[in-house]
Amino acid sequence: MTRLTRRYRFAASHRLHAPDLSDAENRALYGKCNHPYGHGHDYLVEVSLLGPVDGHGRVASREALDRLVARSFLDEFRNANLNLDVAEFARLVPTTENVAAVIERRLTASWRSAFPEPWPVLERVRLLETKRNAVEHMAPATAETGHSIREELTTHEK
Amino acid sequence: MLVTRKEDFSASHVCRNPALEPEENREIYGEDANPHGHGHNYRLEVTLEGVPDEVTGMVYDLKALKDLIRSQIIEPFDHRFLNYEVPPFDRVVPTAENVAREIWRRLESRLDGARARLHSVRLYETEDLWVDYFGERP
Repeated sequence: MTRLTRRYRFAASHRLHAPDLSDAENRALYGKCNHPYGHGHDYLVEVSLLGPVDGHGRVASREALDRLVARSFLDEFRNANLNLDVAEFARLVPTTENVAAVIERRLTASWRSAFPEPWPVLERVRLLETKRNAVEHMAPATAETGHSIREELTTHEK
Repeated sequence: MLVTRKEDFSASHVCRNPALEPEENREIYGEDANPHGHGHNYRLEVTLEGVPDEVTGMVYDLKALKDLIRSQIIEPFDHRFLNYEVPPFDRVVPTAENVAREIWRRLESRLDGARARLHSVRLYETEDLWVDYFGERP
């Protein structure tokens, strides 16, 4: 079994502000991340795929993955204000956790358009907001089956 | 417990299938099929799994692991053109996946009988692209 990981970068601004809480509660909860004009990060996002190595010696075509990533989220998120430019974050607070989850949902929704075969599968999305903070979000197939996806792969490669 | 040793080597390669036409290779491998090849500063992480020895406190002697990786991988791969100088890449396309598998194969055969087993080989082709190979479990 082989995991392929590709890292992408995008710069974006955001503000952490929960619409259901008061201004005072938001300041107390989010601190500096609640400053009224927002702030920015150079995000790193790592997309990991699992699968057998195909006849071309690859888990997946890098170009196919790059195209999927670009059209499913990267082109929209790059140099954007997440709160104002990305529909999901009109109400959903763009914490690293929520951004990672949105990226995974968008990739999963478009996955078969790029990878119609059973393999590769999306394993996880890891998002680094800064050098010090990272969130890892497992794709549903992996989260539900846990280690059993590795057993499936081993059987498949026999 | 997992124990990891990191090493690196610089090598060139071409990703192409000699049975296919140049246009077909470019379609599949893109720029990686450029016929004169290109190079990478590969970074390698070899991870062993085991239980620390009660006397020595070691899963595996890291100096022995360093020497093993250097003799089996770094020495033959470093500053080489993989397709021309490192079997089996004269006939196996040296994608990151296949290079990681070959590294696994070379190391696993030397670790037989050791208290620790090979857990994974991680190979960074660039800082933005890497593979993890976990072997073919029985």
